[in-house]
Amino acid sequence: MELERFELGATHYKESDLKEGKLLSLPWTPNLKYAWDNGVAIGRYLAELKEGRIIARKCNKCRRIMLPPRMFCEMCWRPTDEWVYVKDTGRVNTYSVCYVNWDASRIKKGEKPHLPAVIEIDGASPGMGILHLLGEVEPEDIKIGMWVRAVWKKPEEREGAITDILYFKPVRR
Amino acid sequence: MAYQRVAIVGAGITKFVRRAQETGKELAFQAAKMALDSCGLTMKDIECVSLGTAPDAFDGVHMKGEYLADGSGGWRKPYMRHFVGGGTGVFAPIHGWFHVASGMFDTCLVVCSEKMSSCHPHPQGAFKTIFDHTTEQPLNPTLIWIFALEMNRYMQTYGITKEEIALVSVKNKKNAMDHPSAQLPMEITVEDVLNSEVLAWPVNRLDISPASDGAAAIVLASEHVAKRITDKPVWIDGVGWNLDTAYWATRDLAYPRYVEKAARMAYEMAGIKEPQKEIEIAEPYDPFDYKELHHMEGLLLADRGKAVEMLLDGKTQRDGDRPMCPSGGALGVGNPIAATGLMKVIEIFLQLRGEAGKRQVPGNPRCGLAQAWGDLMQVGTVVVLRR
Repeated sequence: MELERFELGATHYKESDLKEGKLLSLPWTPNLKYAWDNGVAIGRYLAELKEGRIIARKCNKCRRIMLPPRMFCEMCWRPTDEWVYVKDTGRVNTYSVCYVNWDASRIKKGEKPHLPAVIEIDGASPGMGILHLLGEVEPEDIKIGMWVRAVWKKPEEREGAITDILYFKPVRR
Repeated sequence: MAYQRVAIVGAGITKFVRRAQETGKELAFQAAKMALDSCGLTMKDIECVSLGTAPDAFDGVHMKGEYLADGSGGWRKPYMRHFVGGGTGVFAPIHGWFHVASGMFDTCLVVCSEKMSSCHPHPQGAFKTIFDHTTEQPLNPTLIWIFALEMNRYMQTYGITKEEIALVSVKNKKNAMDHPSAQLPMEITVEDVLNSEVLAWPVNRLDISPASDGAAAIVLASEHVAKRITDKPVWIDGVGWNLDTAYWATRDLAYPRYVEKAARMAYEMAGIKEPQKEIEIAEPYDPFDYKELHHMEGLLLADRGKAVEMLLDGKTQRDGDRPMCPSGGALGVGNPIAATGLMKVIEIFLQLRGEAGKRQVPGNPRCGLAQAWGDLMQVGTVVVLRR
């Protein structure tokens, strides 16, 4: 059965066909609102962020100090045991220089690119990275392995969110 | 283990296009009808239906499995929908395999349909909610971040360059010129890839597969039924799947261990001891060009960090020693998420039967593999096929 011998389905149309009304469609914009509960582990994590601290959870079986904190260890499949404060410094595991917004629109001319990175936090077990942003650095100066420190919002502006850390900036070691 | 041997006996596919006039169920019907026609069966011969389709958020239709059931032939039949993100297209045939291998059924129609174009302004926006709602979404991530972060880590770990990785895109988009379903067949150079728009360095536009609409389908049959339908059955000799943690930033981004675990499961079942020797042709999942190399290593088809050498030596070309993505892959044929994986299974099915037309690889391969990958960079799905 060679594919070439069949009449294949799917009829292509252009985006402009919709705009010009050549094809009819029914638009719908959902307007639902969600409120996500923080839960036990992330609830404490956020409360500590509000105080300008990063907290992790330790499993006494595998001895991993885990970030983000969790009430159960997915490796040992048992409850975790202790809260452990970790530092607000770490190393860049990997990074990107991103010119696209979340909905695939492009950043505006003159706007700085997003600088997402995976940052391995000091005091957590090796490889325990979190997703965050880099700042106060030119894209060409970013290196995998570079040391960074959290830049926090002012205490009165913090609201108990991951964005209480504005970004991580390079530090000398 | 005692189970029925399962063969693929027929296949169908639509064109992959950026926007299809057809609805998801109409696409499903087109692919499913072609699959039945290809092996001379009718819906009466089908005992159960396995459907794969990716996020409901693309369509804005909740319970999309139920919505697609009639077009897929699932009406008043034992019917199941499967979904593991981009891994779905190989997960659905694995579930079809369960249905027949268990002895419950002798035939199963597997359909994968995807319509991404309903989501505006771009289906990429629908991916935002795959990130953790509390610790990641407030940072406004786009799906490309995780690929860019993983690609950068992979390049750094093994000293691989963007120029080298771009060769995957060049190869696959060229292969797609011979695929009648292809959305982005083109002859381009490494420079074209490097000069295309930078979306999220190190990812440029031509490093990425497109958003697509399309559907694919296969017919599965037990051994005694398959032999009555065709003299060229292609056997599903191994299946494997594996899921890693959603704490993706805590993983080794340079190596997909969950793909290795899925591959080892399929290899053990198929009795494959040396995958680099025994798997003659493969369709690793290639939504981004570096993923083909990353997955070849996870599949144990190349040593860690060495897939790029096979690429540079020309071994992964269609006429090379170990052809990878001879179809043109997600990069060239297109990427209607769930349908892509099944397109890859169909390509290996056709190649092993010697029916791939202009895409046919030399050497009459007997054993091949298709793989898909998805969720939050955490699932690997693998089937091993033999003639």
